[in-house]
Amino acid sequence: MRTTPGITPKIPRYTLYLPREFAETLPVPVATSSTLSGWGRLAVPGEEIRSEDLERATRGAVLTRGLARSYGDSSLPPPSHPRVVASPLADRLLSFDSQTGVLRAEAGYSIQSLLQLFLPRGWFTPVSPGTQFVTLGGMVAADVHGKNHHCDGSIGRHVRAIRMRTASGEIVECSRGHEPDLFRATIGGMGLTGHILEVELQLAAIPSPWILSERQQIGDIDEFLSALKDRAAHWPFTMGWIDCISRGRHMGRGFLQCGRWATAAEAPRTPPAPLRRLSVPFVCPSWLTSQFVGRVFNEVVYRWNTSKGAQIIHPERFFYPLDAIRHWNRLYGRRGFTQHQSVLPDSAGREAVRQLLKLLTDRGAASFLCVIKDCGDQGEGLLSFPMRGTSIALDLPVRANTQAVIDQLNEFVVSVGGRVYLAKDAFTRADHYRAMEPRLDAWTAIRRRWDPAGRLRSAQSVRLLGDAP
Amino acid sequence: MKIVILGATKGIGRAVARRLAARGDQLFLLGRDQQDLERSAGDLAIRGSQTARPGTAVCDLGDPRTFLPALDAAAAALSSVDCVVVTAADFGTQDALEADLERTRQLLDVNFTNTIVFCESARTRLLARGGTLCVLSSVAGDRGRKPVVLYGAAKAGLSYYLEGLDHKYRLDGLRVVCVKPGFVKTSMTSGLKPPPFAGEPDGVAADIVRAIDRGQPVVYTPRIWRLVMLVIRLLPRAVMRRIGF
Repeated sequence: MRTTPGITPKIPRYTLYLPREFAETLPVPVATSSTLSGWGRLAVPGEEIRSEDLERATRGAVLTRGLARSYGDSSLPPPSHPRVVASPLADRLLSFDSQTGVLRAEAGYSIQSLLQLFLPRGWFTPVSPGTQFVTLGGMVAADVHGKNHHCDGSIGRHVRAIRMRTASGEIVECSRGHEPDLFRATIGGMGLTGHILEVELQLAAIPSPWILSERQQIGDIDEFLSALKDRAAHWPFTMGWIDCISRGRHMGRGFLQCGRWATAAEAPRTPPAPLRRLSVPFVCPSWLTSQFVGRVFNEVVYRWNTSKGAQIIHPERFFYPLDAIRHWNRLYGRRGFTQHQSVLPDSAGREAVRQLLKLLTDRGAASFLCVIKDCGDQGEGLLSFPMRGTSIALDLPVRANTQAVIDQLNEFVVSVGGRVYLAKDAFTRADHYRAMEPRLDAWTAIRRRWDPAGRLRSAQSVRLLGDAP
Repeated sequence: MKIVILGATKGIGRAVARRLAARGDQLFLLGRDQQDLERSAGDLAIRGSQTARPGTAVCDLGDPRTFLPALDAAAAALSSVDCVVVTAADFGTQDALEADLERTRQLLDVNFTNTIVFCESARTRLLARGGTLCVLSSVAGDRGRKPVVLYGAAKAGLSYYLEGLDHKYRLDGLRVVCVKPGFVKTSMTSGLKPPPFAGEPDGVAADIVRAIDRGQPVVYTPRIWRLVMLVIRLLPRAVMRRIGF
């Protein structure tokens, strides 16, 4: 296995406990029916236990997963316990107050179902990640953020209470008023502090189910950072796409999309109709994500997305453009892909963002999707990802050099005081993660108080936190 | 419509109940666990369009003494009943059943004897003047097959009962719907490897609701299973002995 000088991998990456034939070739085996994988299709041996009754199913279990949309190994089991509880069948609504918008539901309730039911009634999830195929439990565990992070923070800010099964088997309801430590450790705690059973969430009232959106084409990275800052003052939803192959003068070109809910007067009278979804029916050959195709794709996306004035668009097209193609992760071929999402603090300045992009474009690590977003203040969650600064997310097809690319990116992130998003990660080294995360000790202390024996764990926590395999 | 559902707290039954509640049907839920029933009733009340919260009563397919009180409670709450849906059933893998005779007896009782006794009670009590009886059988009952020898035998018996009922009472206004789901990804099949054409509970529920509305006597769902089972039924014995399906 490749190592970077100065870093010895003491903690097994999940490649190291896989069968030899996998460990010796590429970092990851191919997904089959006896393996579990995240969205990046990096697989480990494992099995899902589907159950409507989470309280029963989580007894004795070491990990619960939702819809497995985390990219890396967050929802994958440690090698000694290949069974993971799957929550999506536990999707009952427990209470809803139509005056205040407070919703309580079982952890497997998905944003997709929430939209179907509550969009027509004038409510929306207070924070939405880039896909609707996520569960409430998964959103809390990853403390997801969305296009409105600069205004509304991450999902944790809107969570009122969490009911969970802790490692001892006890069922605990935690909130800001009751067991606040456990509450804060669970928001963004990657499901490692307990199995999330129920979530109470404050929904956001919306004036109409349609989005008013505007798009601006942007020539380089400096213009991008200025535009993001400028738009943040006027628009509740912003995000940018960057062509991260172009170098030099064009480095960091792309487009910036802003939006807000349309007012009742602006919105069409009909509710948004369900969208037709295409599907990638099979796992594609890996030349499809080669550098050449990446270059062409980035060029086309850049030229296609010209500046456009205000227009009304379907909320799913605005929030979840990628959901239009089911199984799009199959485009990355049998070896799958990973995402590197980091946030660079404002204190590191614009120069840091420029350097990260330069690092990437110089290496020629063709990324198809590179998303940039300005983050607001850090949330309450002790391991929550966002902090005031700029977040950059890159999709990277898994290649022989992926580990080296991630190591190099992470060394840079450590040097500027940033951090990576665990829900996307599969390749970060434990040493790098510790160096990025000064809050880790405080979080671990709370985790240990509720789980002294270290029972609850995932492939990711084995890799990054030194848990027993 | 006023509909009684046995098995609405889980799996396909849960998905059917949600579709019915969403379009405004009035429901009454039967199931084993009162607390679980209440939770599902609450869920349906939030999802339902304008309907009142569904009533509930305990009814256990393992215990026929619970049938009549439960049906009486449903009749009292709904005043008239248009449709009875049975989605509850027992399941065990062939290996687990072969290893435990008592478990086998229990499964055959629940899926065959007691289900039929429940249907008879519903027919005489609730649907005497017509209505729809919709019962989940299975594609496993279409042919004796290695992985479902025992489960399939009970479902085959159930399918034949439902067909006979349809022949005898259709002209009197009783519409019998026999649903034959293929592999559906529910908690019942958790741990089994999904074959090709495995269905999702919500899609299956859409097919079932449509079949109830039309009074279709037999419905395969997902629909591709009609074709799959046609082929399976036509395979000669010599072939069936050799394949694992």
